[in-house]
Amino acid sequence: MSFGTISTAAGLSLPQTCALSLLMFTGASQFALVGVVGAGGSVWAGAATAALLGSRNALYGLRLSSILERSGLRRLFAAHFVIDETTAMAIAREDPAQSRFAFWATGIALFVFWNLGTLAGALATHFVPDPKVFGLDAAPPAAFLALLAPRLRAREPMAIALAAGVVALVCLPFVPAGVPLLIVAVLVAVFGVVRARR
Amino acid sequence: MWAGVLVACAACYALKLAGLSLPAGLLQDARVQRTIPLVPVALLAALVATNTFSTGNHLVLDVRAAALGVAVVAVLLRAPFLVVVASAAATAALLRLL
Repeated sequence: MSFGTISTAAGLSLPQTCALSLLMFTGASQFALVGVVGAGGSVWAGAATAALLGSRNALYGLRLSSILERSGLRRLFAAHFVIDETTAMAIAREDPAQSRFAFWATGIALFVFWNLGTLAGALATHFVPDPKVFGLDAAPPAAFLALLAPRLRAREPMAIALAAGVVALVCLPFVPAGVPLLIVAVLVAVFGVVRARR
Repeated sequence: MWAGVLVACAACYALKLAGLSLPAGLLQDARVQRTIPLVPVALLAALVATNTFSTGNHLVLDVRAAALGVAVVAVLLRAPFLVVVASAAATAALLRLL
């Protein structure tokens, strides 16, 4: 629901909103794209941010590749379902057959509900003349916070989150909308590589 | 808009497939393994900050800050995703009514 509402309030059309849930199907990236567009950034800055956020799915894929089917077509479908939730459910099981079942069951269930919810949320916003009246402009930050919170269980990610927020706000007046996010992404990548070398 | 949406979808799918299909060695590099989990932390935090405290290219402090405060409380209380988002939106809407 919340994605459909936020996306259409950000100015994406109903088909564009549904296409994101059907074809992108990775929540944080979808919210990021519409968050950047809603804040006045270009769709390309939004797309770059979405792809950067999607990079973690490659690591999930790596962990899942030994569990999931190796055959061609099923693997192509499986890839679409490689997200936070399915990975968590799959790697929580010991037995490979159970892992596979957990992966597909979680993936299919989430895909159906996520897309139905998106459509319902997007339709609901269609009847709202001004999104601000319902506080819909305050919804994206809350969504990002809810996605961020489970990743903050140690001191280092907390410090990184705080620094990232400050850096983004400091850059913001001087560069086009959406670009502060890319600056933050470059800085954190440099930090990660430098730290890993020690 | 459509081009950006579709390219982003293709990029996200390619990343998912890459993890499943690329030879393990490429992504198992220690630097890649340790850096990639930091990216969502930094980006999501930056998104929280910019979506709360700015309009266009200007830093602003408005009802969204209060709404974020309510969202923080909801997160600390381990509220479900939809409750966190809805409570923030409701806070902003109510404060604007006052």
